[in-house]
Parts: sequence; structure tokens; C-alpha cells
Amino acid sequence: MIEDPSQWLTVLIAVLGGAIRVGTPFLFVSLGECLTEKSGRINLGLEGNLIMGAMAGYGVAWITGSAWLGVLAAGATGVVLGFIHALLCQQARVNDIAVGIALMILGTGLAFFLGKPLIQPSAPHLPALHLGAWSDNPALRAALEINALFIVGVILAPAMAWFFRSSRWGLAIRTVGESDQAARAMGLNVNGVRMLATMAGGFLAGVGGAFLSLYYPGGWSEGLSSGQGLMAVALVIFARWDPMRCLYASLLFGGAGALGPSLQSVGVTWGYYLFNAAPYVLTLILMIAASSKKVRSGMPGTLAAR
Amino acid sequence: MSNLALEAINVSKRFGELRALDRVSLKLAKGGIHALLGENGAGKSTLVKCIVGFYTPDEGEVLLGERQQTIANPRDAHDLGIGMVYQHFTLIPNMTVLENLVLARPHLPAVIDWKKERRAIGERMARMPFQLPLDASVNHLAAGEKQKLEIVKQLLLDVKVLILDEPTSVLTPDEADEVLGRIRDMTRESGLSVLIITHKFREVMTYADDVTVLRRGKHAGSARVSDVDVKGLAEMMVGSEFSQTALAREAVAEQPVKLDIAGLSVEDDSGMSAIHALSLKVKAGEIVGIAGVSGNGQRELVEVLAGQRPSAGGEIRVMGEVYAGRRRDLLRHGFHCLPEEPLRNASVARMSVAENLAFRRFDQAPFSVGGFLRRGAMAVAAARAIVDFKVRPPTPDTPIGDLSGGNVQRAILARELGERQGRPMNVLVVANPCFGLDFTAVAEIHGRIMAARNAGAAVLLVSEDLDEILELSDRIHVMSAGRLVYETTPQAAEPIVIGRHMAGHGGENHVH
Ligand SMILES: Nc1ncnc2c1ncn2[C@@H]1O[C@H](COP(=O)(O)OP(=O)(O)OP(=O)(O)O)[C@@H](O)[C@H]1O
Ligand SMILES: [Mg+2]
Repeated sequence: MIEDPSQWLTVLIAVLGGAIRVGTPFLFVSLGECLTEKSGRINLGLEGNLIMGAMAGYGVAWITGSAWLGVLAAGATGVVLGFIHALLCQQARVNDIAVGIALMILGTGLAFFLGKPLIQPSAPHLPALHLGAWSDNPALRAALEINALFIVGVILAPAMAWFFRSSRWGLAIRTVGESDQAARAMGLNVNGVRMLATMAGGFLAGVGGAFLSLYYPGGWSEGLSSGQGLMAVALVIFARWDPMRCLYASLLFGGAGALGPSLQSVGVTWGYYLFNAAPYVLTLILMIAASSKKVRSGMPGTLAAR
Repeated sequence: MSNLALEAINVSKRFGELRALDRVSLKLAKGGIHALLGENGAGKSTLVKCIVGFYTPDEGEVLLGERQQTIANPRDAHDLGIGMVYQHFTLIPNMTVLENLVLARPHLPAVIDWKKERRAIGERMARMPFQLPLDASVNHLAAGEKQKLEIVKQLLLDVKVLILDEPTSVLTPDEADEVLGRIRDMTRESGLSVLIITHKFREVMTYADDVTVLRRGKHAGSARVSDVDVKGLAEMMVGSEFSQTALAREAVAEQPVKLDIAGLSVEDDSGMSAIHALSLKVKAGEIVGIAGVSGNGQRELVEVLAGQRPSAGGEIRVMGEVYAGRRRDLLRHGFHCLPEEPLRNASVARMSVAENLAFRRFDQAPFSVGGFLRRGAMAVAAARAIVDFKVRPPTPDTPIGDLSGGNVQRAILARELGERQGRPMNVLVVANPCFGLDFTAVAEIHGRIMAARNAGAAVLLVSEDLDEILELSDRIHVMSAGRLVYETTPQAAEPIVIGRHMAGHGGENHVH
């Protein structure tokens, strides 16, 4: 057990740093899912986008030597998967959940297949800001090493909230998500809007994947993702389809995920696997909490209606 | 200069096998109100949807001030100054009034300056016939306010032609008079031209200048309203088959109580108390009418009785046995229920009419034998019910959501009131059964409800239409704020007194 009280501080700092590190992929996938769901479709395939993005991002970064080109490539694979999802879903009698699960399996399998040659090589990492350079506490320095993608995400969340509130495109997406009938009466192309929203959401999920391979945990391996893509769906519900709440919820999930490793770093080993399960337990608890009626407020009308 | 605002010429539209519209023409004069009448499923909504480009007609054209126009989608219609209020609300429930008003504009700027919009709309709202709170969420508006919002939404777009598809179905007669009166003023003052669909002859006779009647997808006649009377219109609507049969209320001897509600308390969706300790007995061979303004607990009451909502206290007994609203209870006790908005509350829109008709008994012979569904048997039963209740189109495999509003109602009535293979009907609960129905259907359904009563069912009729309550009931209760506040009989009833109790002012004024 921990004897020295200062070690609690170390754990706390490590959890905070971990919240950012582990939370970043959650943030991107959940913002992507939020965007897609606002338009009235659920894309469960984002886990596939995530892994595809991780693989493609790593491969392109390794070949071109630029981590940022890797991020773009990862996003592009997400756009393609999003396009396939939207295209299949707009056929009559096709269910978006089923398509999502199929694409999740496809994305994962394809990434494992294409990624075989990428296990050995090492690609450049994404840069980070060393906000803790002033301190000589190594734990604090590590925790304050903020990756660049997280900063992009922190800017993206309020930008997306603004987009939904005040831009023509954002309002179009919300309208389509609230009611097919109303959207058609306004002359909006319902399938077209959903397709763009799913593709853009796919892009963000792909970028989240690039973070996994190009920053943390880094490298390409088949065990890279631990279901973040799926948990992000729960997270969006918890966040009540609000991008800012997606940000907070991602940090919460990230913090839960960082709990095990942080405790281990100060020598607490007894509950390692238990603590590692924290994000999954959290997902379950949130899902139960989210089944109450109040949380469902904010749910896009077309999703609520089924 | 033509004095026509809009002209539709030989418009046809088919849905699969069904000819919903067959070469229909219509002339809308400038600055007037033109009523469009027709039975349920006559093609009224289809015609106006073709005019605004929601549907693409198979043939025919639309002229606007003598120029032919191609209206490919509702946005084109907006650009030409045509606005439409659909039969089913197209408001976005999770958005505010302001957001809904801004979103209705066909060409939004890429970025919306909400401060500016609020100011501009606030100013123009002051000159609108109806005032609405800009920041209220549409969820929280009452049906009448939503209808006003739909109309204001179109007026703010400076439409020259306004099309209203059954705008008064959801309104009380007073509200309908207010809305139609204001609209008529606008046609006189600003030259607005209005095409309005309604089932109510009173509204046609009072407010419209011209009328066009459709019958089964065909043009059945047009006239100046001053040249026709109600009987003439009714004949035009249904052709020579028109005959009005009066309801026969048979005398019944003193009967046992079949539905007994004691101290029932119910919560609404947000956990607030919607019904407080309500007690009510309905005897066999009796229709008890519950009058009241919607939103006073009627919906919750019907949902509890239908088994769609848990009760928070009290007891319901049917035939003397405790009733919990389970499928089993419904079948065993011969309990039948027609909730309001049957498309939403009592059917699955994407399943076929035959499947929807079989919901009550799909797991019993003859629909199900040895655990297997017998689709053939369902189709046969459905075909019979469809003929019996005159559901149109008469195809059992159409998804029920594609039927016109009135025909959904008939189909669900067929399920609840139709063939029961010898099982008795003990209790019948109906809520707003004639919402959106044409006059022949209303007469027919009233007849069926009365027949159920005469055959010994205990009938609970919940309706916002006071005339319907007065016509059908043996006893009347007024419901207000979750309580039954007043009881009377149709013979003793004074509409003014009932109205006062409906408005919740019964207690203070006891001057009769
Ligand atoms: N999208 C559709 N697909 C198939 N059939 C349809 C569709 N829309 C309407 N119909 C059919 O076309 C016919 C005309 O329907 P419409 O909605 O125009 O009737 P209506 O005159 O407005 O009736 P109501 O008074 O009940 O609203 C009906 O028989 C209806 O079932
Ligand atoms: Mg209609």
C-alpha cells in the first residue's frame, strides 16, 4: 500500500496526465460519433475506423516520414469507411446498426491484414507541448506533456458546438437528425446530409486511430485498440449529444483508463487488472444511468423515435 | 392580368397500383380562401404535396399567375412564394420557436447571427396574427400553439400562396375560429391566397370563398361557396351513396359495473402527478364521456388502461377482477382500446395493414398454429376487415404508415371493433376516435361505438370534441388538472357550464 502521502499526489498527477493521453482517442471518436448521430444515424463501425486509421496513419507516417501526413491518411480511410456506411444505410430496409457492426469487423480485419509489415518499423511520433518544463518534478513534467492532437480536439469541441448552433450546415444536420419529414419539407436532401455527416464523423474517428499508433501507446500492433471505438458510442449518449460534454466525458474515461497504470507506477500492484477494467465498468454504469428518461433529452428525434 | 394566384392542371399521381390522383385540376383565385374537401384518402394531401413539389406528379402542370412553373422540391415552391403547412407537424421538437422560424427560410446565410435574427423576427412577430414565445422549446407548446407556429412560419416567409392541410383538426372550435378569422383578414388586407383542406363543413361555409371537392382521386366538382349548401357538398363528396343513418340508442336495464377505477393515481413522463386519485365506474351498456381540454391527464388515463403506462396507485377492476393491462388481461376480459394518434400509439408504421390487424391475436389459432405464423390466414382476415371498415386502399400488404390519416384510424378500429369470433367485448376505451375523419366515417364510427354499447360493452369515451361527447354519452364527466371535476348527463348538460369546468373555473361559479 501507499505509505508516503506525497505519493497520492503523484497518482493524482499521473491520472490527470493519463486522462489527456488516454482520453484523446475517445475525444476524436466521440466527436465523430456525435456528428454522425446528430444527423440521425448510428455508426457502430467507428471501432473499425479507429483501427484502420491507426494502421494507415502509422504506415503513411513511416513511408513519408511525416506524422501529420499519417494523421491525414488515417482521416481519409475514415472518410472512405464512412462513405461505405452511408451508402449501404440509404438503401431500403438496411439497418445502420447491422452495417456498423459489419464495417467494424471489416475495418479491423483489413487493418490486421494490411498492417502485417508495419509491426517492425518505427514511424515518427506526433509532437507534444512540454508545458511542464518549468518543474523539476519528473511526474509533473510527464503529465504536462500535452500532445498536439489533444489541443486540436480541445479547439474542435467548442468549434463543433458552435457549428451545430450557428452555422447553416450544422442546423441542416440537426434538422435531418430531428425529423426526416421536417427536413424534406425544408427541401433538404436527407440522405446527402447524412452521408456527409457520416463521412466527416469517420474522418474524426480515423484521426483518433492515428493518435493510438503515432503517439500513445504508439507503434502498430493488433492489440492497439481496446474497444475505444465502441465505448465512444456510450460516451456520446452520456454526453447527451453535446460536443463540449464529449470533451469532459472523454477526459473522465481517459482518467479511468489511466487509473491502473498510475497506481502501478507508485507500487500498488494488487488491483492492477481490476483498475484496468475501470473504463469498462464506467461504461456499464453510464449506460444504466443513461437509460433514465432525463438523460435522453437532447437525443436526436429520429434516434429517439425508434 | 389574370386573377388566378395558382392553377393546377390535370395532375395525376400513382403510388404503385393505386391511382391517388387522376387528372385533377384546381384554380385558386387571388386574395381568397379556397377549400378542398373530400373523404379520407380522396387524395387531398397528395394533390397539395404535388403542387409544392414534395411529390413529383406523374403528369400535369402547375401554373403560377399564368406562367408554367416546374416545382421540383419544396424549396422551389418557397422561392415562388408558395408556403405549405403539412397535415402532420413539420416542426422540429427539440428546437426553440426562434430556431424553427429561422430554419424555415429557404436560403440561410452560412453563419447565423442569432442576435440579429431574434431582433428581426421579434419585430415582425409583433405584426403577425399570432404571438409566440421565441425561446420556448417546441416540445412544450400545446397543439394549438404548434399549429399557429406553423402558420406564422410560412407568413414570415412572405408567401403569396398559403396551403393549409387540415390546420383545424388539432384546434378547439374557438381556436379554429380565431385562426381562420385572422387568415381571412389577411387575404382581404394583403392579397394572400389560401388553399385549405378541412373536413368541417362549418368552416367551409363560414370562411371559404370557393370550394373544390375530390372523390377517390378524381375531381368531383368546384363551386362558389355562396352557391352551395352543406347537403350539396356532402353529396359531391360521396356521390349518390350518401345516406345519413341516425344512431339508435337502445334502452338498457340496470346493468353490472364492468369497468371500475378506484383511486387511480398516475405520473406523467417527467414524474409529475398527472392523475390524482381518480375514481370512475362504467356499467355495461353505458357510454361514459370524459370531456376536457387535452393535457389534463386524459392521455395518461388511456395509456394506463391500455397497459402502456404504470399506475402510481389505486386499482382498476374489469369484470370484478383486478386488471393490470397485460396482453393476457386484455384478451381474457374482452378489453378493447383505441388510443389517440393510432399511427403512433397503436400500430407499427412500417408493418403491413394485415400484420397490424393481427396484433391482438397473432399468437392464437388461426393466425398461429404450432408456433408458426399463418400469413395466409392473416391476409384473409385482414381482407375481410378492410371491406368491413372500408379501409382504402384495400390492399392488406400496404405498410400502414402509407395510409391516409383517416384510413389508419379505420384500420385500427377494425382491429379493436371488428370480428371477435364469438368473444364478448366487455370494455371499450376510445380516445378522440374521429380525429381527422370525414363526415361519413364519423357517422359510421359513432354508429359502431353505439352498437358496442347496445351489445353490452362498458364504453369509456375520452374526447376533446364536446359535440361528440354530448351526442354519444349516457353520462358525462369533465376532467381538469388530473381530476374528474364535474358530472352531468347529456340531457341536463349546459355547454357553458361544462366549458367553465373544462377551463378549471368550475368551483368558483355556481350560478346555474
Ligand atoms: N407515400 C404513399 N405511398 C403509398 N400510398 C400513399 C402514399 N401517400 C398516400 N397514399 C395513398 O393515396 C391515397 C390518397 O391519400 P391522401 O393522403 O392524399 O388522402 P387525403 O385525402 O389527404 O385523406 P385524409 O383526409 O385521410 O388526410 C390514400 O389511399 C393513401 O393511402
Ligand atoms: Mg390528408
